[in-house]
Amino acid sequence: MISRNEVIETIDMVEKEHFDVRTVTMGLSLLSCVRATAKETAAACYDLICKRAEKIVKVADELGTEYGIPIINKRVSITPASLLTANFVGEEIVLAKELDRAAKTVGVDFLGGYSVLCQKGLTSYEKSFIESIPEALAVTDKICSSVNVGSSKAGINMDAVKLMGEIIKKAAYLTRDKDGLGCAKLVAFCNAVEDNPFMAGAFHGVTEAETVINVGVSGPGVVHHALKGLKGASLDEVAETIKKTAFKITRAGQLIAKEAAKRLNAEFGIVDLSLAPTPVMGDSVAHILEEIGLSVVGSHGTTCALAMLNDAVKKGGVMASGSVGGLSGAFIPVSEDIGMINAAKSGDITLSKLEAMTAVCSVGIDMVAIPGDTPASTISGIIADEAAIGMINNKTTAVRVIPVPNKTVGDEVEFGGLLGSAPIMPVQNSSCEVMINRGGRIPAPIHSNKN
Amino acid sequence: MKAIVTVIGKDKSGIIAKVSTLLAENGVNIEDISQTIVSGNFTMIMLCELSASTLSLKDLASRLTVLGEEIGVSIHTQHEDIFNAMHKI
Repeated sequence: MISRNEVIETIDMVEKEHFDVRTVTMGLSLLSCVRATAKETAAACYDLICKRAEKIVKVADELGTEYGIPIINKRVSITPASLLTANFVGEEIVLAKELDRAAKTVGVDFLGGYSVLCQKGLTSYEKSFIESIPEALAVTDKICSSVNVGSSKAGINMDAVKLMGEIIKKAAYLTRDKDGLGCAKLVAFCNAVEDNPFMAGAFHGVTEAETVINVGVSGPGVVHHALKGLKGASLDEVAETIKKTAFKITRAGQLIAKEAAKRLNAEFGIVDLSLAPTPVMGDSVAHILEEIGLSVVGSHGTTCALAMLNDAVKKGGVMASGSVGGLSGAFIPVSEDIGMINAAKSGDITLSKLEAMTAVCSVGIDMVAIPGDTPASTISGIIADEAAIGMINNKTTAVRVIPVPNKTVGDEVEFGGLLGSAPIMPVQNSSCEVMINRGGRIPAPIHSNKN
Repeated sequence: MKAIVTVIGKDKSGIIAKVSTLLAENGVNIEDISQTIVSGNFTMIMLCELSASTLSLKDLASRLTVLGEEIGVSIHTQHEDIFNAMHKI
């Protein structure tokens, strides 16, 4: 029989350390839904989503009860929607609204994939699609959007980078009554992954099967708790403990993912083991770094500690699941992590330090509130810097910043729920506008030529 | 299907009797049981077989949760596989 300690350890992880399966995400191919008009395409998408994802909420809730591990979100990710809209340029909102209605009908928390992949070039219908994003985010509740502007293989599409600076500003403006909330559902990526279950960046890649279940597990609190028993231990012991903890967490995710796929008649895709914080106490990635020995996240040594954490998490995860994918690592969103919020308030963490941290962990400049009057070109500059880090280092990077309308440094913003709250962080006042206005494409780096 | 039922709380008389009565009434067989008291805290872990049970795991779990609230202990009912997955390679 399983030992008493093992049983109690599992129960404590959930009860005291906030262990949860953050999301069960159903990836759906909508390529079969392309029709001649916006209305027909949207209707076909609605029908397909409602049919295939009909039981996702019920099944996820059942699994949560049976295994005693809470499943926080149920989500749907779809084929990048820009691939469906070539026949009705300018009417993309019809599709956005119908996707939102489908998400509400099946009862999922979010639907991701109002997305464009334009790392190399931008078609006319994709440009129109990107221009529809701010309105789509303003008139819907569940839709999440992402735009992949670069990759290690293709380089960086600087025209798209320029456009995204403007789109983020517009998304903030159209949701100004909610402090720019639209931007919390919009990510600019470099090297976006096609099987990511986490929002706002989830979409269902075109190389994926028709219906796939991807599961995102979390557990910063569990890792933090495990490290509390290691006062004075060397860093290799710390890394080993993180690895073992990540293993256990991922195994729970793998079990739930496989069972969910079976019950939903879908393929098992991947388990994404990402330490994804929430704003509640005891669920913070920043506090793990502080437990390792930083007085506050953002101090010198932060990048090193995060690099070790991210790598150890991946190693434990890879051992635990036959198919680890998505982003897998540690997330460092500011507004969603109580330790990061506090460090941002005290000025210990800055955008510059966050940028350095993104070179060694999953994703990037995430959920950072910046002054509402930040120029679009400066936002493009932030995206370009992140894309460069991703492109050169063969990793995913992203930018999700919120230029909060009518707020500036010293103010705070409250997004609520999992999105949390954040102080407005300063950006560099110096301009990169001339560079951004050049546009064009930054060629792929030399190490992409491996053929 | 096997489930692990874990009962944790302040020790008092009749906990085992009440939990095992509910299990027996619903056709759940207890295959293994381990119980201890550490500084007044009662901890019992039972391995239960549900194949002859009249209840689904979900319904059994909610009945036991209610019973736990009545007697002032916390009762978790989880599929055995979650522990095997997390703790066995």
